[in-house]
Amino acid sequence: MTVLRERASRVWLVLVVLTVLTTWGLSKDLLAPSVAVAGTFLVVAIKVRLVMLDFMALRHAPVRVRIVFESWIVVIVVAILGLWILTPVVNPSVV
Amino acid sequence: MLRPVAEAAEEYVDDSTRPMTAPASRPLAIGRLPGVDGIWAVIGADSVIFAVLFVSFMLDRRQHVAVFEASRQTLDSTLGGIDTLILLTSSWMVALAIQALKRDAMGRVSRYLLFGALTGLLFMMSKSIEYAEKFGHGITPATNTFYMWYFTLTGIHLLHVALGTALLTVVWVRARRGTYRSVNRAVPESVATFWHLVDYLWIVLFPLLYLMRAGS
Repeated sequence: MTVLRERASRVWLVLVVLTVLTTWGLSKDLLAPSVAVAGTFLVVAIKVRLVMLDFMALRHAPVRVRIVFESWIVVIVVAILGLWILTPVVNPSVV
Repeated sequence: MLRPVAEAAEEYVDDSTRPMTAPASRPLAIGRLPGVDGIWAVIGADSVIFAVLFVSFMLDRRQHVAVFEASRQTLDSTLGGIDTLILLTSSWMVALAIQALKRDAMGRVSRYLLFGALTGLLFMMSKSIEYAEKFGHGITPATNTFYMWYFTLTGIHLLHVALGTALLTVVWVRARRGTYRSVNRAVPESVATFWHLVDYLWIVLFPLLYLMRAGS
């Protein structure tokens, strides 16, 4: 089928697998919160990058534009994870 | 002191007028942005606004982490995950529509755009169900800081989804009328680019609100 030969289709499949992995795998209590949160947001970075490069066609955009958008991913993921680390832990008995 | 405009213009070199045989030392300048330039300014500005909102959310979470964690656990992560799959599929359909448009396969363009708009509608229905469930339990933006953020962030995003779905519908109708061709695709490409922004904002929002566990 033509659709399956498109790069966008392969990218969509990867995005679906990564979503299932984070929603129904990483977020569960099997892993330590730090591992789960770090893993989840690294997957977020990969997913956003794939959407930008392959759905928005930034892969073939001028490199300066690509750098701006890819930097946005780095900034938000580093900020979110950095602030998560700086946040006090919660005693499970009070939640 | 200001120089005459003509003098400044003589010094200005427009990249778009450079010949295709640009020196090998400048290969990075080669490339094209889909759609009209203005849409990229909108997307850049929107991305910065959302980045500020994400950081503000995290700063507030730092102050009220127990409340944020208890409230987060009331959200339905399965529904949020399904919402993510809906938007990813929608974005994929729209990406396929643009690929088909580049090949002038107009039948497929219409079908993919229609599916993109319908999945946008599906996301809005899913969010409506989620909001109704929250309001049914007496949860509103005034309940606590977490829910204020939950309704604000998902609400602003939902407005983007509504706008994107409306734009996709307009582009679908015009595609059916034969308005677009591969040589005339700036408008559909701009709408598609906006739709992918809506997709990647949700990719960040969903784990931020629904999945981010507190350290223990």
